[in-house]
Amino acid sequence: MYNFEFEKPETVADAVAALGAEDAQALGGGQTLIPTLKQRLASPAVLVSLKGISEMQGICTANDGALCIGGATNHATVATEGGAYPALAATAAHIGDPAVRNRGTIGGSLANNDPSACYPAAALGSGATIVTNTREIAADDYFQGMFTTALEEGEIITEVRFPVPEKANYQKFLQPASRFALVGVFVAKYADGVRVAITGASNDGVFRWSEAEAALSANFAPEALDGLSLSGDDMISDLHGTGAYRAHLCAVMTKRAVAAAS
Amino acid sequence: MAQVSMTVNGKTASGEVEGRTLLSSFLRDTLKLTGTHVGCDTSQCGACVVHVDGVAVKSCTMLAAEADGADVATIEGQANADGSLNVIQQAFQDHHGLQCGFCTPGMVMSAAALLKENPKPSEGEVRAYLEGNICRCTGYHNIVKAIMAASGQDVSAIAAE
Repeated sequence: MYNFEFEKPETVADAVAALGAEDAQALGGGQTLIPTLKQRLASPAVLVSLKGISEMQGICTANDGALCIGGATNHATVATEGGAYPALAATAAHIGDPAVRNRGTIGGSLANNDPSACYPAAALGSGATIVTNTREIAADDYFQGMFTTALEEGEIITEVRFPVPEKANYQKFLQPASRFALVGVFVAKYADGVRVAITGASNDGVFRWSEAEAALSANFAPEALDGLSLSGDDMISDLHGTGAYRAHLCAVMTKRAVAAAS
Repeated sequence: MAQVSMTVNGKTASGEVEGRTLLSSFLRDTLKLTGTHVGCDTSQCGACVVHVDGVAVKSCTMLAAEADGADVATIEGQANADGSLNVIQQAFQDHHGLQCGFCTPGMVMSAAALLKENPKPSEGEVRAYLEGNICRCTGYHNIVKAIMAASGQDVSAIAAE
């Protein structure tokens, strides 16, 4: 990889200042960015680690009951300490492998918005709020396509707030080599309706399946989805599966998530 | 270049690193601790697993600068004080948990991390924990058996397939 300067500020304000430098790039846990740098697909002049910022670490519960996760909190911590939202903790517990979960962060995953990553499905499926150093962004406005988000240059995800649903579940069909989601479906049932978010399938990244949401809001049961299907025309098609195969998996995994929701 | 200082296997270790220097490179090239292996260099294979502040990480996917001030444990620090193999290492030998040995440092470090958080794992839990450690020789059965044995569990019923 090309060389860069490394900085590890201890406050959000110092990190924002450091990211103001030309060609500066934020570094979460590095589980995607460091391999990217090795391939010379990115060449920042300055890498600003967000892991030394204590105010971005850890999990708490807000007054309204939402689970608040600091942007620099790693997946292992969410898996073990996120029990107030069991489906989210279970999702975190199956990202990557144990060593990756000890480094990778929720803010890093959401900022990267990999089209096959798990956290985007959890955030969109929960109607989470992405909190940055400057504003709060609703998940519905945040995800803007493959590797694209509403984040501005130098903007930092300081916290992610998840409203805790009555029931939820995440079902991931593993791509057998990478262990990323070939298709992953996050289903969450709230008092005001059901949300269904799907990762791994679409060329536009994570998306909501509104037809399934309407059916499940009326009847939260796997059979409510009978007859519903998605088109594979705009879905990712590669040697691991065609678009049509992914579209089929979306329906199957949504049913499984509903059946397993607790 | 920047100066980093960390504790490695209980001793203070410091050196000059570039921003891009990986922890695996610092351990191997600067400290000459070549027991930590670099297999894939893409964070898939787990041969480079070490412990940083008590938890398993892939040292090829962490910058040396990120480990500044950290407590690092590598395979070189795993043996008992008298030089004999520790329980996990001995179990790998007893149960033929290695063939070529390239993945073994990472396997042992992952096993140590697992047994620290889950002292009596089930066979399924051992296999799940080793998701990020790839072995191309053994077929995993004897690695799993070795880790189960190291946890003090009876492994006579586990087939050596």
